[in-house]
Amino acid sequence: MKTILLIDSTLRDGNHAIRHQLNKDQIVKYAAAADQAGIPILIVGHGNGLGASSLQIGESLLSDKDMINFAKGQLKKTKLGVYCIPGFATVKRDIGPAIDLGVDVFCVGCHCTEADTTQSHIGYIRKRDKIVYSCLMMVHMIPQELLLQECLKAQSYGSSGVILMDSAGTLLPSDVKERVEFLVGKLDIPVGFHAHNNLGMAAANSVAAWEAGAGILDACSRGFGAGSGNAQLEVLVAILSRMGVETGVDLYKMLDASDLLEHEIAATLPVTTSTGIVSGMAGVFSGFIKHVERISTQYGVDVRDVLFELGKRKVVAGQEDLIVQTTIDLADKLRRSE
Amino acid sequence: MPTKKLKVAILGSGNIGTDLLLKVRRSPYLECNLFIGRNMDSLGINLARKIGVNVSDQGILAVEKDPACCELLFDATSAKDHVKHWPVLQKMGKYVIDMTPSMTGHMIVPAINRQEAREFRNVNMISCGGQASIPIAHQLMCVAPEIQYIEIVSSIASRSAGPGTRLNIDEYIENTEAGLRSFTGCQNTKAILILNPAIPDVDMQTTVSVKIRNPDLPKMRQAIADLEKKIQQHVPGYKVIVPPVYENGRVVVIVKVRGVGDYLPAFAGNLDIINCVAVSVAEDFAKESLAVKESVL
Repeated sequence: MKTILLIDSTLRDGNHAIRHQLNKDQIVKYAAAADQAGIPILIVGHGNGLGASSLQIGESLLSDKDMINFAKGQLKKTKLGVYCIPGFATVKRDIGPAIDLGVDVFCVGCHCTEADTTQSHIGYIRKRDKIVYSCLMMVHMIPQELLLQECLKAQSYGSSGVILMDSAGTLLPSDVKERVEFLVGKLDIPVGFHAHNNLGMAAANSVAAWEAGAGILDACSRGFGAGSGNAQLEVLVAILSRMGVETGVDLYKMLDASDLLEHEIAATLPVTTSTGIVSGMAGVFSGFIKHVERISTQYGVDVRDVLFELGKRKVVAGQEDLIVQTTIDLADKLRRSE
Repeated sequence: MPTKKLKVAILGSGNIGTDLLLKVRRSPYLECNLFIGRNMDSLGINLARKIGVNVSDQGILAVEKDPACCELLFDATSAKDHVKHWPVLQKMGKYVIDMTPSMTGHMIVPAINRQEAREFRNVNMISCGGQASIPIAHQLMCVAPEIQYIEIVSSIASRSAGPGTRLNIDEYIENTEAGLRSFTGCQNTKAILILNPAIPDVDMQTTVSVKIRNPDLPKMRQAIADLEKKIQQHVPGYKVIVPPVYENGRVVVIVKVRGVGDYLPAFAGNLDIINCVAVSVAEDFAKESLAVKESVL
């Protein structure tokens, strides 16, 4: 029987969609439903993970500690995971305390060329006997040979898998297939994929990753995530079931969990909006969209121009501060040309 | 102009150490008498040899073996290493400028507490992001003491962050947050570091955000403009590119630092700012120390 590991990031990536305002009731209900459905790993927290609640990215309603505790209380079989990015999260302030609270799995993220910034964090988590997956963000930005070097670093630090994140939703299925196929034979650990839906390709890209040999898929109920959303987890469960791939997830209960998400948690569900499409084309991190919409309105600049300009400036996730500057630059240009 | 220069040593031959070497060579008060790494084949050591500077691959041992090599030492190794180096250097009576985020010495931000550097034998340069942002945060706090939260985000070009910096990201954050707290008195601070691999390389940039209602923007803008001029005296590439603006309940200030392009090209303003600051602190020490000697003579 072919198997795949599913990671549910609804309570993490979904936080981007609602400005990090997930509350206790929502976390408790969804965590219980995910556990019922047999989700192997549930990730919870601020959209950018531990220590990321900030003016830069957005302040979360609940502390990291509360989010972890509320989810942990509901999980019997499902492992509890968190996301963290070195540069935001530190071992002392965030990772150590999360382990003390009972987190089992860490997804350690970084921009796709910066794997060596995660070495000490992965080392610490492994020393405390917890599972680590490395998440390489914005993988559309570099060629596969370079990507391989970064994956090999993650492997050497002790990661149990490398998850490629198409953080701008730029890749097409053929791009995904090429990257995953190239990596799979050269790594001893499984490759995973985390899709964004800016160009409507999230499910297709996830399937392409599986067909190319990926062993992990990361997705969210109803695609509840940053920008245009992620791959729809319950859709993947259905597709994988039709393909004869074992996920360990109960389809009906997964559908129930996603209904719960739609009716009781997500005020609005992510759709591929016009700005989402532009951000996918421009290769700009989906988490930027809400900020760009707000700031471009304030300065009277076309949101699409701001996104394409940000793409040209090759901003990476975490550089939300550049939105203000880029928008002001464009507004100045407009004023001069009038 | 002094007739003699103060002998200094640089411990650590990475990006920071090598850039420091080039800056020290331009100083009328300092002379690099020993440049120390751990590997004779490293880029930094090779460059030092080429320009005729004494080099060693013996690490801290080089100073122990030759105590007369310097009066002042820049430690540009790593936070963990500096903790081991300091007791040795302290015993030898060296004046130490710590470039690492080790939280050992007294923190100095020249625009705020330059004179305090002379009261201690080990002074800490905090971090590049700290040197860029703490003076700004301090000025905003002077205008609006009611600020309850300060956040700084520095983005630097990947190429400017060597292996030491990459391994010390947590220490960078902890030291920068500690510096922000200690200089502003605001207890709730956050520091974020982003490495950007974009080609062409991005200039070092730091954003300071503070939470505040009804800020006095004209007063803040004046305070920041005054500060910019003051810092430019010792960090020529320091520029406020977004003066205080109010957005979404926060005041935002963005500064950019262009380097003079000593070791790495101008985008590496992070090297430049911390090294300019360190050289300026070292020159203060040298001027005083040389003046004392000349008066004795």
